[in-house]
Amino acid sequence: MNAPMLQTRGLDKRFGSLIVAQSIEIDLPQGARHALIGPNGAGKTTLINLMTGRLRPDAGQIRLGGENISALAPEARVKRGLVRTFQINTLFPHLTALEAVTLAVCERRGQAGRWWRKLSDHKDAIDEAHEILTSLQLAADCLRPTHALAYGQQRLLEIALALATRPKVLLLDEPAAGVPQGESAELFTAIANLPKDMAVLFIEHDMNLVFRFATRIIVLVAGAVLTEGTPDEIAADPRVREVYLGSAHHG
Amino acid sequence: MPAIRTTPADTAPGPQAFLAAQTRWRLVEILFWLALLSPFFLLPTYLTLASQIAITALFALSVDLILGYAGIITLGHALFFGIGAYTAGLVAKWGWGEAISGLVLAALAAGFVGYVTGFIITRVHHLALIMITLGLGLVAVEAANSASWLTGGADGLQGVRMWKLLGTFEFDLWGYSAYGYSLGALFVFFLISRRIVHSPFGLSLRGIRENLDRMPAIGAPSRARLHKIYVISAAMAGVAGALLAQTTETVSLETLGFQRSADVVIMLILGGTGRLYGGIVGAIIFMIARDQLADMNPQYWYFWIGLLLVAVVLFLSNGILGGLDRLLPRRRGDA
Ligand SMILES: Nc1ncnc2c1ncn2[C@@H]1O[C@H](COP(=O)(O)OP(=O)(O)OP(=O)(O)O)[C@@H](O)[C@H]1O
Ligand SMILES: [Mg+2]
Repeated sequence: MNAPMLQTRGLDKRFGSLIVAQSIEIDLPQGARHALIGPNGAGKTTLINLMTGRLRPDAGQIRLGGENISALAPEARVKRGLVRTFQINTLFPHLTALEAVTLAVCERRGQAGRWWRKLSDHKDAIDEAHEILTSLQLAADCLRPTHALAYGQQRLLEIALALATRPKVLLLDEPAAGVPQGESAELFTAIANLPKDMAVLFIEHDMNLVFRFATRIIVLVAGAVLTEGTPDEIAADPRVREVYLGSAHHG
Repeated sequence: MPAIRTTPADTAPGPQAFLAAQTRWRLVEILFWLALLSPFFLLPTYLTLASQIAITALFALSVDLILGYAGIITLGHALFFGIGAYTAGLVAKWGWGEAISGLVLAALAAGFVGYVTGFIITRVHHLALIMITLGLGLVAVEAANSASWLTGGADGLQGVRMWKLLGTFEFDLWGYSAYGYSLGALFVFFLISRRIVHSPFGLSLRGIRENLDRMPAIGAPSRARLHKIYVISAAMAGVAGALLAQTTETVSLETLGFQRSADVVIMLILGGTGRLYGGIVGAIIFMIARDQLADMNPQYWYFWIGLLLVAVVLFLSNGILGGLDRLLPRRRGDA
């Protein structure tokens, strides 16, 4: 196995008296397709927020490719290749899908601060954005404003924006949240086809999808890692079963 | 998969063409600018008013860049207008009456203050932002008032003497030079603004306005971007103030005042935000209405503006230009 791309060491976080992260230690190697599962309120989104710098941990370290990035601003982490998507669509409603992805491409290329050249002169960036949109089957609607896109397309745009930054590590927070069953498998096929060297961690409640697409599964309960293992190991683990049968089945 | 957009035949634009089309000059735009030349021939007695309108339009344009495009709501932008006005006025008073260099100095002074205050402005949002811009504006008025040895205080800055514009055109009583000068400056800064909003930087400002939360997740340093447009906008407002000082050869405390800060936002809302022309159209309507209603008392005139403002906000999606867009559905808004 490769050296881990993303590592957390001893991450702690509490909101008042509520503990949402307890000495979390996660290793995400290059090319990973790991699932992060756990009941509602387990702290999965919070963990992504901690990794990406949206939240500051009370203690612990986040390392990306061996570098300690714990003190970096979120945008600096993105520049280094640590990128996330959002459980609840966090898009640009009045930008077209093309504009939104072109913006993300320009940011990555360090061109988004340019005010003296027209956007339409950045043909490479536009082409790259269009390619990303095409790869996610969004090309036909990419000239429509985001708010006019179907919900499922907006979920895909979430991923398109992340891909435009050329992530090394991609954290997907319930990419299929709210997408009808039939379409969610399609969406996960797109995720499975992401570049082989990209490390991917996805949160997902649908166990069918988890067992189909994850090579390893991390189980988070009440802010702590309960266990981690291959799908077979997790399927056989009685504690996991208890968590999922004891509490309400997925949300 | 949803059907392809219902465009007649198979002529949906490609991505390149789509983005290029947004930056192309439209016929209405060219006609609009040509129409702005008409006062020279048709209304020579109104050139002084036309000059004031052009200056106010430039000020509104500067506010549109931050309010309309970047989402920074301000009720204190007259701070920069006033700083520009006093800078240009003082430079001329102290014996350097050359107009263009006066504009440059005013832009630098206002831009510098924009740079310093920008550290605060880009850190706060919503009500706090409005209150801080408002507060800074109030502070500036009182500071200028108490520094009357420099500013002339409530009596205004007197003794501003301009040289011939470009060494050729006297600032005449009729306002030919004044309007030509103000309109020229408005046009130059309009071109600059147009380039800015159609650039990747302009797109990133719209991104910030649309969803500040997402910006860090695509690697964008939002605060630095906001700071940059704030400085540009402040410098532009400073130029507008300088134009007023130079064309009227006096500067009053009112250039810094809250009324001016509020009026410019009203104009922008009337015309439509985030579309460059909104501020210009708003300024034209506002200033002409004020001129025509000047016989009545000032409160009464604001009664009508207040009514118009309420009606526009209630019934039009984005100002008068936004409303026109609805009527002419083929035209795409730029924002
Ligand atoms: N900013 C915050 N302040 C206070 N409490 C918070 C905050 N964010 C999350 N929480 C709480 O922390 C706990 C973990 O939330 P989190 O969103 O990480 O759960 P999750 O595992 O992603 O759940 P879900 O599956 O529903 O998305 C929840 O109880 C939530 O209410
Ligand atoms: Mg969550």
